[in-house]
Amino acid sequence: MTDLAAVVFDGVVYSSWLFMMAAGLTLIYGVMRILNIAHGSLYALGAYVGASLVGAWLAAGYPPVGSYALLLAAALLVGLVTGPLLERGLLRLMYGRDEVVLLLVTYAVFLILEDVIKLAWGVESLVVAEPYALPGNFHIGTLAYPVYNLILIGAAVVIGLAVAWGLYRTRQGKLLLAVIHDREIAAAMGINVGRVYLFTFTIGAALAAAGGALTAPAIAVSPGIGVEVIVLSFAVVVIGGLGSLGGAALGALAVGIVRSAMVRYWPEGELFSVYLVMALVLIARPKGLFAAPEARKI
Amino acid sequence: MKRALFQLVAAGLTALLAAAAGAQQPVRIGIVTFLSGPAAGPFGVPARNAAEIMAESINAGRVPAPYATKGLGGAPIELVIIDEAGGPQKQVAELRNLAQRVDLVIGYISSGDCLAVAPVAEELKKFTVLFDCGTPRIFEDASYKYVFRTGPHATMDNVSTALYVLERRPNVRSIAGINQNYAWGQDSWTDFEAAMKALKPGIEIKTSQMTKLFAGQFGAEISTLLSSGADVIHSSFWGGDLEGLVLQGAPRGLFDKHVIVLSAGEPAINRLGTKIPDGTIIGARGPFGPFAPDTEFNRWFRGVFQERFGVPPNYASYKMTNALLGVKAAYEKAQKAGAASPNQERIIAAFENLTFEGVGGTVKMSLGKGHQAVMDVAVGTAKTVGGEFRIVDIKRYPADQVNPPEGVKSEAWIRSGMKTK
Repeated sequence: MTDLAAVVFDGVVYSSWLFMMAAGLTLIYGVMRILNIAHGSLYALGAYVGASLVGAWLAAGYPPVGSYALLLAAALLVGLVTGPLLERGLLRLMYGRDEVVLLLVTYAVFLILEDVIKLAWGVESLVVAEPYALPGNFHIGTLAYPVYNLILIGAAVVIGLAVAWGLYRTRQGKLLLAVIHDREIAAAMGINVGRVYLFTFTIGAALAAAGGALTAPAIAVSPGIGVEVIVLSFAVVVIGGLGSLGGAALGALAVGIVRSAMVRYWPEGELFSVYLVMALVLIARPKGLFAAPEARKI
Repeated sequence: MKRALFQLVAAGLTALLAAAAGAQQPVRIGIVTFLSGPAAGPFGVPARNAAEIMAESINAGRVPAPYATKGLGGAPIELVIIDEAGGPQKQVAELRNLAQRVDLVIGYISSGDCLAVAPVAEELKKFTVLFDCGTPRIFEDASYKYVFRTGPHATMDNVSTALYVLERRPNVRSIAGINQNYAWGQDSWTDFEAAMKALKPGIEIKTSQMTKLFAGQFGAEISTLLSSGADVIHSSFWGGDLEGLVLQGAPRGLFDKHVIVLSAGEPAINRLGTKIPDGTIIGARGPFGPFAPDTEFNRWFRGVFQERFGVPPNYASYKMTNALLGVKAAYEKAQKAGAASPNQERIIAAFENLTFEGVGGTVKMSLGKGHQAVMDVAVGTAKTVGGEFRIVDIKRYPADQVNPPEGVKSEAWIRSGMKTK
């Protein structure tokens, strides 16, 4: 019983982490039709800025409780600076071009940001484990788990609900949905599509950075951490259906729990667990779990 | 007539000058090490730093005896440093370019890169010294004339840690592993598992976790290891994965409930320090870093490195240094054999089966038909004393005890009970 509970809990923790990245990625794709490879770098930037801020905070002798607020501040800072900079400064010049061109542009941004990170922080890893260990442990059966894992799950749920509420319950969200549905008609109806794009990309960037910042205390923040993230979150988004928030949540949950079960019962299979889920889903639903049906335009 | 004589003298003088200049022609050494990506922090950059400071010290004649002569027998060293990142295919292409620009190549941390570049170096007939990569397969599955490896291979890391564990915990009944799912992690676990089975027949294997390289998060793996009930857990993790395992495992009691063996744990000491729980068994892939004997040579090396870079040298720094010292020793041996400016063939002949003094101990090129080094190895235990991280209970194993004899493959040697000559 403990085994099963551990599999589910470990799976849910991993899913929360995946979802935070996948949510931003799928939002940007849904609205802007951009597969943003630079999402991985924004995650890494969030982790680096978060770790640096918390490191400085703790070094100055301030109470460690404050470090949680700093992690969130890091996510906002990275989102608000890089989001508008990339969208206004670069992507705006590329709209209307083929999706592949935009994919290549974001890949270039990814490579540039990887080097920017190296320039700013060097190649040594950053370790700020205090926020991870501070809240202590709780137990499932005989297994100890850091309470920080619950914070991660909570953060993912809050982010998911907030984005869903923003999309479906606010005026700004409805404008955004209109742009997703048909950009040209939305523009013709007077929606400022440029502003919607800026808004979406900034939110997406902040979500990626939040994922990085909240993960930073549990890992060694080191060069290349964004690479793994982008591959996994793409897989999750594809499983869920490109552009679907609910799909991303369900995709993350499926991948997390299957992976966790593989680790426990068949460790050799862990390496391809994500792709197993992806293959099975795509065989049954080639556009992912919740991809919106596309109207055929003549 | 006068004019002809003048031309003859002028030509002669020019030739003499050229020869004199030739004697002092710099030796260009290509250094290939990770300057970017996850392996740069723990290995690549510490190795690059060692190459730079050693090249400067060798050129200035500041290295202690027996390396006190300037340069390589008087010829100054020039380094051409390139990045190892990008994978084996890229490294093969890089080597083809680099080979045209340098006299010899010292490099390669990744076993995958070593396996890929060794046959290419041979094809290009370019003197190449592998300094760090671990896989024993380089010289066990092939034979090379132009390729050498001055770093010991990985078999001894896992044989020595198995011996160390069983000497201290003879009642160990079960083991588990968490290793990265690629050549290094798989080979390390295979060797450790086989060594434990050979030394303690009937030992139970609880689980072998093979994680994706740079996965970074190991929640489910740690839960599985905690539930496994294994007495000993082996890991050859390095870099961010190693640090992640310690950061995520320690608060959950992984290090309290099991004996943890980190066979390549030494480079993490500089960053994690006291975060590494007491009782963790740590290896350094040789007598390097805190495991190096306290000799004058070692004190000099640690001193100049620490002074320049603000951190002590780790095992990658030691291994790069030994590669340069090995080349210097071979070059000067070839000089003594009669060539003032020895060519590649003569240096290679001098390098085969060479024994030279490395920083950390004696290096014997005794395996792989004289192309593969062996060294003693040391293993120790982490302990925080008065808020300061220390390695205690250090045990040194002679090279012959932890390496297969010449001509025997590592895997077969371990399975047959690791008999020494």
